Amino acid sequence: MAVSRSTGSSRQAGIPLTALATLGVLVALAVIPPLLQAAGQEFYLTVATRLVCLAIAAVSLNLILGYGGMVSFGHAAYIGIGAYAVGIPVHHETYGDWDLVASYSGFFHILLAVAVSALFALVTGALSLRTKGVYFIMITMAFSQMAFFLFVSMETYGGDDGLVIDTPSEFPGVDLGDPLSLYFVCYGVLLAAVYLVHRLVNSRFGMVIRGAMGNDARMKAVGFNTYVYRLTAYVISGAMCGLAGALLGNFTTFISPEMIDWTRSGELMFMVILGGAGTLAGPVAGAISFIVLEEVLKHFTIYWHLPFGVLLVLTVLFFRGGIMGMVRSLEERWRG
Amino acid sequence: MDLTLLVIQCLNGLQLGILLFLLASGLTLTFGIMDLVNLAHASLYMVGAFICASLTFATGSFVWGVVLALPLTGLVGYALERGVIRHLYTRNHLDHVLATFGLILIFDTLAHLIWGAEGIAVPLPGFLDGQVELAAGIVFPTFRLVIIVGGLLVAGGLYGLVNHTRLGMLIRAGASNRTMVSALGIDIQTLFALVFALGAVLAGLAGMLIAPITEASIGMGNEIIITAFVVIIVGGIGSMRGAFLAAMLIGLIDTLGRSYIDDLFKAVMSAAAAETAAPAVSAMLIYILMAVVLTFRPQGLFPPKVR
Repeated sequence: MAVSRSTGSSRQAGIPLTALATLGVLVALAVIPPLLQAAGQEFYLTVATRLVCLAIAAVSLNLILGYGGMVSFGHAAYIGIGAYAVGIPVHHETYGDWDLVASYSGFFHILLAVAVSALFALVTGALSLRTKGVYFIMITMAFSQMAFFLFVSMETYGGDDGLVIDTPSEFPGVDLGDPLSLYFVCYGVLLAAVYLVHRLVNSRFGMVIRGAMGNDARMKAVGFNTYVYRLTAYVISGAMCGLAGALLGNFTTFISPEMIDWTRSGELMFMVILGGAGTLAGPVAGAISFIVLEEVLKHFTIYWHLPFGVLLVLTVLFFRGGIMGMVRSLEERWRG
Repeated sequence: MDLTLLVIQCLNGLQLGILLFLLASGLTLTFGIMDLVNLAHASLYMVGAFICASLTFATGSFVWGVVLALPLTGLVGYALERGVIRHLYTRNHLDHVLATFGLILIFDTLAHLIWGAEGIAVPLPGFLDGQVELAAGIVFPTFRLVIIVGGLLVAGGLYGLVNHTRLGMLIRAGASNRTMVSALGIDIQTLFALVFALGAVLAGLAGMLIAPITEASIGMGNEIIITAFVVIIVGGIGSMRGAFLAAMLIGLIDTLGRSYIDDLFKAVMSAAAAETAAPAVSAMLIYILMAVVLTFRPQGLFPPKVR
């Protein structure tokens, strides 16, 4: 009793450091890139936009990987699907054919990206979730390879060479062609995604998938059909990642199957682990560190993959818990 | 249907299957015994090809290149296991995937630094460069035939090694109960390092054999390693026999799919529709196979008997 009271009171001693770090990360993203843009450093705004898009994808992956223990090695597929959900309607609206999907409307693009991603996640997830462990890792990767080869073979949309998105998604009152507007739209979506994940993982639903990660057999014994819960989480994650892809497509204005390459999925996983899997701000912090590091190293050497790879290995070997894990242990040391 | 073409395509499929087996056997060893998911196996394949290319030019002979490059690739594998891989055994599969993905980045950049950005074409000696007539009208490149025969010999040797030698016995024992083997006084650390080096040699050999056909290039293994993983999953992880059979199956399906799905589709749908659908389906065929196998037989087609 005494023990629980003492930990209880130490928690109440102030705002937890992890919450502060979460807030700090999100506020920094709201303030710094626009300021740099205002200072004439437009390059940094483009870096930040890509960063925020990938952060959304990392947040979506964290929902299933960090909280559900589902190691998806194929999440880049959803980025590709989302991006093509913008590229294909724009292509047809510009060049004709396929009137059914031809559209410049941003709402249509978003709807298509989310719906197709969710459907892809539902079908592949229903099969993948029958497996466990390394089999799950490999089957999710196999499905993303299927998506990869599907887009490669679609000659109409450029196949291997990719597709140029001639005009950004159109929303009433917002011009996504304007870099700053696009950035804030992406940032708004990121906030919504982080909030959604926060609400989800702390709900009854979230407790079930977290419980299933810890001990699946026990959750089943308690009477939960964990398969359905996991599949639901998998579909939500896929849809969210599809949305990130639609935004990324608007940002890059050039999309290609290369976005779905398995190494891209590996990078997303790295972002989550680097930031701290199973923490709210971890994937965002991971995406920031990943992209900033990438840009800095690129600046110094064309061989930037070498230090980057070394860092990846060292992170896995020695930096367990990631950035947010470090924040948490700092907090524990502070509070005694 | 042209029968000669079919035979040749089957041989091509077999040749792909052999290469896949050389890669998959190493994965089977490391996964079956150390429970390690090693994406960096792709890098050993590349390293083997590059070392062999350099040695071929240094010695003036492809054969010497291969002979000398094999132990060197094994050495690289041994060093890799000692330096990085052994710290991963106690970790989960996610950590394996990420760390070995990092190793791929490191190896690719090192290869870039050492051998340059361009690929290196490896010249074949005259007696391997020609073609042979196997039967009336069936002409097949000599070197591809060498790959098939050589690969089958290696597969036979591996079978003998695993099933009829002391080392093989330790390997099998290590696969079924690691703790017990070390409790019986076997130096499990050295055993693991040796097994990893053996896997590296096999991967390197695959790289050396493909180098004269394509070329030694950066990231050459990053695509085929995924197919090799498909092989071990379809075959049943940890089963050498499964890896061999699945490698042949996937080599044949992939090759025949790419050449015949077109015709097959044209028989049931319009030529225009077949034209679009065929390349997509033939590229996805092995992944579809894997999804089907995992759905209906999650343990793979030929799972190991132990465990």
